[in-house]
Parts: sequence; C-alpha cells; structure tokens
Amino acid sequence: MFKNKIEYNIRNYVSMEKTKTNINRRAFLKASALVGGGLLIHFSALAKFEIAATSVNAVNPVQWNELTGYIKITADNIVKILCPNPEFGQNVMTSLPMIVAEELDVNWKKVVVEMGAHDNVKLGPQFTGGSNSMRMYWKPLREAGAAARRMLMEAAAQTWGVPVEEISTKAGMIIHEKSGKTGKYGDFASKASSIPVPKNVKLKDVKNFTVVRNSQKNVEGTKIISGMPLFGLDYRMEGMLIAMIQHPPAFGMTLKSFDGTEALKMPGIKNVFKLKLYEDGFEQGGFDTRTFNDLLVIVGKTTWEVMNARKKLIVEWMPAGDTKDTMGGRGGKKEVIVPGELENTANQHEKMRQYASQPAQELRKDGDPETAFKNAAQIIERTYNAPFLAHNCMEPMNFFAHVTADKALLVGPLQAPGWTEPTLAKVLKLTPEQIEIQMTRMGGGFGRRAYGHYLVEAALISKKANAPIKLIYSREDDTTYGIYRPMYTATYRAALDANKNLIAFHVKGGGIPEHAIHANRFPAGAVDNYLAEGWQIPSNITIGAFRAPRSNFNAAAEQSFLDELAEAMDKDPIDLRLALLKRAKENPVGKNNEYDADRYAAVLKLVKEKSGWNGPEHKKFSRGVAAYFCHNSYAAHVVDMTTKDGQPYVERVFSAIDCGIVINPDAATNMVQGAVVDGIGNALYGGLTHKNGVVEENNFHKYRIIRMHEAPKKVEVHFVQNDIDPTGLGEPPFPPVFGAVANALYKSTGQRFYQQPFSSPQQVIPAV
Amino acid sequence: MITLNINQKTYTVDANPDTPLLWVLRDMIGLVGTKYGCGVAQCGACVVHLNGEAVRSCVTKASRAEGKKVVTIEGLSPTHTHPLQTAWLDLDVSQCGYCQAGQIMSAAVLLKENKKPTDQDIDDAMAGNICRCGTYLRIREAIHLASELQEKQALGK
Repeated sequence: MFKNKIEYNIRNYVSMEKTKTNINRRAFLKASALVGGGLLIHFSALAKFEIAATSVNAVNPVQWNELTGYIKITADNIVKILCPNPEFGQNVMTSLPMIVAEELDVNWKKVVVEMGAHDNVKLGPQFTGGSNSMRMYWKPLREAGAAARRMLMEAAAQTWGVPVEEISTKAGMIIHEKSGKTGKYGDFASKASSIPVPKNVKLKDVKNFTVVRNSQKNVEGTKIISGMPLFGLDYRMEGMLIAMIQHPPAFGMTLKSFDGTEALKMPGIKNVFKLKLYEDGFEQGGFDTRTFNDLLVIVGKTTWEVMNARKKLIVEWMPAGDTKDTMGGRGGKKEVIVPGELENTANQHEKMRQYASQPAQELRKDGDPETAFKNAAQIIERTYNAPFLAHNCMEPMNFFAHVTADKALLVGPLQAPGWTEPTLAKVLKLTPEQIEIQMTRMGGGFGRRAYGHYLVEAALISKKANAPIKLIYSREDDTTYGIYRPMYTATYRAALDANKNLIAFHVKGGGIPEHAIHANRFPAGAVDNYLAEGWQIPSNITIGAFRAPRSNFNAAAEQSFLDELAEAMDKDPIDLRLALLKRAKENPVGKNNEYDADRYAAVLKLVKEKSGWNGPEHKKFSRGVAAYFCHNSYAAHVVDMTTKDGQPYVERVFSAIDCGIVINPDAATNMVQGAVVDGIGNALYGGLTHKNGVVEENNFHKYRIIRMHEAPKKVEVHFVQNDIDPTGLGEPPFPPVFGAVANALYKSTGQRFYQQPFSSPQQVIPAV
Repeated sequence: MITLNINQKTYTVDANPDTPLLWVLRDMIGLVGTKYGCGVAQCGACVVHLNGEAVRSCVTKASRAEGKKVVTIEGLSPTHTHPLQTAWLDLDVSQCGYCQAGQIMSAAVLLKENKKPTDQDIDDAMAGNICRCGTYLRIREAIHLASELQEKQALGK
C-alpha cells in the first residue's frame, strides 16, 4: 500500500527504506508499531535533526510507536506529529501539530511533522475549509497530546514501580524527582503504545503555553524555497501518463462528435476517448458539483506533447439545452433543471434588474418595516453589484489516479478527501477501503478544491486508459471551468426620521445562481424595523464556495451602505457602527442575531485606536473603514488610500482581528496581510464576463490579479488578546476589505463605487 | 536529442527542441521546483536563469537554452542558503508556496544587478510575479533583508 509513496520519496528524500529489513519481527508484533515510517519526513526537520537521522539509520530499526492517531515516537525519541488537515497556505501543517506538541510537552524544534493519511477514524473530519481547522481540532488535538503524555507517564511509572502522581515531564523527558530517575519519551514509547488512551486528561492552562501563542516557523519553509516536490502537480510515478480534457468552449455546450485521428498521430499521444462523468440519475452531494459531464480526453506521455496534440483534436460541440441534475441530501432526492441558455453578461444584468423588482423570499422581518418606510422623512436606497469571480489558485486543478480492478490510489491537492471518497466509491464501484487518497500540499485552495470532480475525472481516465495518469488542467481550462463565486446584486434601503435616526433597514439581495444574504448578521438586531429578502436566477454557470462565501459580497455592499448612511446622518462611520452595536447589545431586536456585539465593537475600537482615526497626521490619506463578522471571527480594517501613477492606491492598512487565542502569531499576521491584499485585488480588478456562454477572461493577461506594485506598503495587524477558544482566520479578514476599499475610494475620488471590480469604468448611478 | 546544462550538470534528453524549457525540466529531468502557473508568461512561476538572465521557461524553447547555463531554484545555491532563501525563511514569507520559487528567481537577478534596490526598483522587477496568497509585503521585506545579508557577506562579516 505504501509502495508508491516510497517511489515518490526515493527521488528526493533521505530514504528510510534501508532500515526496513532490520525490523525485529517480534518487536513489530509487540508494539502496535508502524514500520517504515518517515515516508514524508520533512527535509527541514531532518536538516535540523541530523543526529537523530543518523542514529535512526545506524542501530535501531525505524519503529514508530503510535500514541493516539496523531503521535508516533521512536525509541530514539524522535517525535512525529501528524497534521490531519491538508495544507493550502494557511499553515495548518505548522499550527495543528503545535497544539499537539504543546500538550504532549516536547521540544517543538525537534518535532517531525508529516501530513496524515486519509483516515477519518484516526484523524477526524480532515477537511480544510470554512476557516474551521483550528476550531474543530483545538480540543481533540489538545486531548491527544495530553493523553499521550499521560500514557508515557504511566509507562514510566509502571517501569520504575512508582506512583504516576510522582512523575513529571519536561520537553520530551520523563522525571521521577523523588528518586532522581529520568528517561526520554522514547524509552517508554513502546510500552506506552499498549496502554489504553485515557479520557478526561487535564489540559494545560492556556496562559502557560510555550509553543502555542508563540510564533513558529513554517515546517515546510525550507522545502518551499529549495524547490522540493510538494504539490500535486509535482507528484510523479514511473509509467505515469498525462491526461487533459478538452472542455466545451462555453457553458451550456456539450460534446457532439470528435475525430482524434490527427491528434493520435502526434508524438507521445497514446489515446483519445470520451467518457461520462456521472451516470444518468447520479445523486450529487453538495461537493460533487461539476460543469461538464461528457468529457473528451487525450492521453499522452508528457505534458507538452498532450498540450500540443490537443490543438489537433477535431471536435463538434452542440448546445446542451436544458439538462437535469439529481441532487441528494437530507430532504431526499431532488431534480434540478439546469437551463441551457448561452449567457451574456449584459443579459445577466438585465435579468437581475427584472428579478430585483419582483417579490422575493422573505428571510427575516422585525417590526413593521413597510410602515416605517412610509413614514420616513428620508429614504436612502443604493444598489450594489459584483461579478463572477474565479478562484485562480496558482496551481491549476490536477490529480493523479491509478485505478485497477480492485484498488484506486489517488494523490493530489484537495481540501476534503472524505467528501469525494463516497463519490469515487460509487463511480468506480469500489469500497472505501479499496480507495486510498493521499493529500499533497495545495498551491492555493480558496474553496475551489473542495469540489472533487477532478478526482473522479482522473480516476475514470485511469480506469479507461488502464494506466496511472495525472490529469492536468491548463490555466485556461481552470479559469473557464466554473465553480465560481456567484454574480451578486443587493439593494439596500434605509429610512431616517426627521431627527436623522435610523428607523428601518431593508436589504433585498439576489444572484446568479443564488443570493448572498445573511439575514441574521449585523445590522439585524440593531434596527427596530428590519427586512431581509432574497431571490435567485438559475444558471448553467456552476458556482462554489469562494473565500468567505456570500460574506465576500455582503461586507462590500453593506459596509459601503453604512458609510453612506453615516454621511446622511452626519455621523462618523465608526461611531455609527458602535452606536448600532450598543443598541444590539443593550436592547437587541429579534432573535438569532448572529454576532457578539461586544466583540464586534471591540475590533472597531481597536482599529480606530491603532489607525489614529480622525487624527490630523493622517490627512494626506483617504481613509475608509469596514468591519464584519463571519466564520466565527471578527475583523475591522482602516484602508488608507493615496494615488500612485494617477491611480487610487492602497498605501497602508490597519487591521484589528478577534479570532480568540492566536495559535501562531506571525503566521496569523501573514494570513491577515494576505487576505487584505487578496481583498484589494478582487475588489479593484477581479471578475469574469460571459459572451454566449464563453468566458472572456481565460488567463492572467485578461483576468487581472493584483501585483507587487499594487500591494500596500504596510499592513499593520492587531489581534484582540483574549483566552477564547480559537476560531478561524482564513476567511474573516477578507470580506470587510472590499467595503473599506469602496469607502476609501469615495474619500479619494468624491465618487461612490457600486459596481465591482472598482476599476471598471461603468459605475452604476444610484437610484434616487 | 538536446543537451542542456542545468545547475552545473549536463543532461541529454530526447525532447523536441521546441518543447518549452519548463516542461523539459519538469517532465523529463524531474526538476519540479520550477512551476507551471499560466503558460503565457504572465505569472512568473516558471522563472529560471539563462546565462544569468531571468527568463520565463514556459515560453522559452529548450533549444534556446542549448549551449547556455540554466539555473533553477534547486541550483540557486547548493546549500539553499542564497541570501534570498535565508531571508525568506527568516521572515517566514511563504503561504501556499507555489509561486515562491519564481519570486526568488526573479529577485535573485534583481539583487545581482542592483545591490540596494528601492521599493520602486522592487516593484518594477517583481511586477511579473503573481502571488495569489498576497505575500507581496513579505517578499518586498525579504528582498531588502537579502540585500543587507548580501552586503554583510561581501564585507566578510
């Protein structure tokens, strides 16, 4: 089962294979040991750990003693901690093992970290998404570390014949103070691994952490900067072929016929065939989204040969017409019609305008908004729009698959193996036990890699081609495939009384194919009369989770609107938000208000303080502020804009974040800085348009991504210090950036921006 | 057959000379540190050095590299301790890491030609390297730090 892993590693890593044959068979059976470990031992860890590496090869066989699913220790005291969640740049590979190491009480610098296998029994849910990794694994990993430490103490107590209460630990050492006896964890690891895992072990006081809450370097840092193979696209196996899919040129089109004769004559080309992804009536789960079902595949020896030969495929496409998808789920099977229209962006805008004027689904109502608006002294109404966004992960979609009659090995970048495995089992007619998914590092995720269609594609191709294959999407394939952030619009209305008090708030949001509204988010709870409505327009343009789904638009629209409100009410924008939050705290309106008003207010106050808001020394900047709550964390930004080369330029940003306990402060700062840059880029430049179903921006020369010279000079990040259990950070800082940028643009240009991307010349004039 | 000098080693590969150097490196020689991001010279993930110049290997035919010295991220420093690599680790620059080899290779040429680049110099030199994770601020800081480290090394400190 591990054969292929070793092949991958022999090329590039210190091989542990020579130790395998030294295994003492009896020793192997006695300890529930996992032999031949070190399959993905990190170069950086080994480099720092030369002595141990030598001692492992020299005398002792590599026998890993497993203490809980996350921890393995050798007799030589090498501690390996498995990371359960796949990595896409949020640095879980460092922070999750840090949590284990803290409670285990080992020297972090000596720990070897390894990406865990796909094992939902031993390693938990293993999905990277929704900013959930820290939140979901905080307690389980602490308990695992503490339990393992306890098991080692018990083993020592038994060995020394002393009460376990007299045993203590210190950074990988076991100590019996009374007698002066000491030992290494490794001395007792074998014995400890047969002790039952204790429950309810006492955890450390969070104020005494020495690993967590201290900045630790990225465990894969050295590998990244030295060009070692890490990503799915880097994975190689002897005899592997390359496959690419010739997708239809537009949404709403499908394969009619093809002629591969010319392509097959090209050097290196092995096969051209078509295949069906899902059989008719296949029940899709939420993450089985796919755009095209009838696939034209070309297989060859090398990437370039396949990329070249693709151009020789003679293909006839035809409109797919309306099609049917079967969706599974808790409510039972449901059939969904996917419209066949070849969409144009101009038509989409027109359709949205029509739907916006029609009745919509009520999502929340407090008080009597209709009457309040009738009696208003002043009504402010604004409409905001944002386009489809492509994730554009730097590493395009790809996956390796080797499928035989009774086994499937899949290796590559994905966010949630557990969500795609059932689909693979159904499609390949194998049991989950026959399927092995190995998670490589991902060159970006952003939600895109939660949708495992490309694993299923790779597996079916391997099966049909009867060979191990690597499926690769070119950048054009990737950007035009879909699973986008939806196209959104929202109309906000506010009613003010004669004294400029806010008496009613109304948001009606829509989208293709779904709206963005979070009905229970601020300012719901702060306004007596509140109405939230939503509508949607079905489409064949597929969509999926995109960094802070829905929030990434909501925050932009709502936070811009609050800014205009503040102006109409002669209030400072931060003061207005704080006043509303005060109301939500002291006298909340309605139920299910999905935020903690104190924590929300705290990030606003913190960013106000750290940015020197309203300070005369910042006069040269056009300042915009926004705050938002999503994925259980709070974020506020002050964006300071100047001009550079005649263009609005975000020169610096102040950020205030509350995500509870900050596990790895410097890495967390990096994340927030990255989210700010990502937010500026998407707000100013990002967006896809369609013409007859064809995506008009299919590579980076047309789809504009923010670059070095457009990135701020400084992003100063401040975390609220508290001892609240950690919540996520991948998404929360992202949405309010859009709003803060819009608000800064107003101060910079005197003009309000309603249409993303903000660099587009057509900014919709607000309806009066 | 084409013969290439990569990181001071000679490789003879059975490749069509029109094959972009990127794919010869990745598919045929097995040096996968140089990345594919776009294939149209827009993102910089594929940057290598050709006789000391930064080139985009996704659009550079392998034949163009014959008779020249190619350096990839794997060979930038035999011990991976080029001042940029040291600075990158010092400042913990990387997030997903996919673009970073290309960033370092572009920056290496900048630092060779300009020992003390300003922010503007860095903007100009690095505008062709995309980072979707948004690590630009740290990249900029790392280039400045590497410039200092480089100076210290030159002075024998």
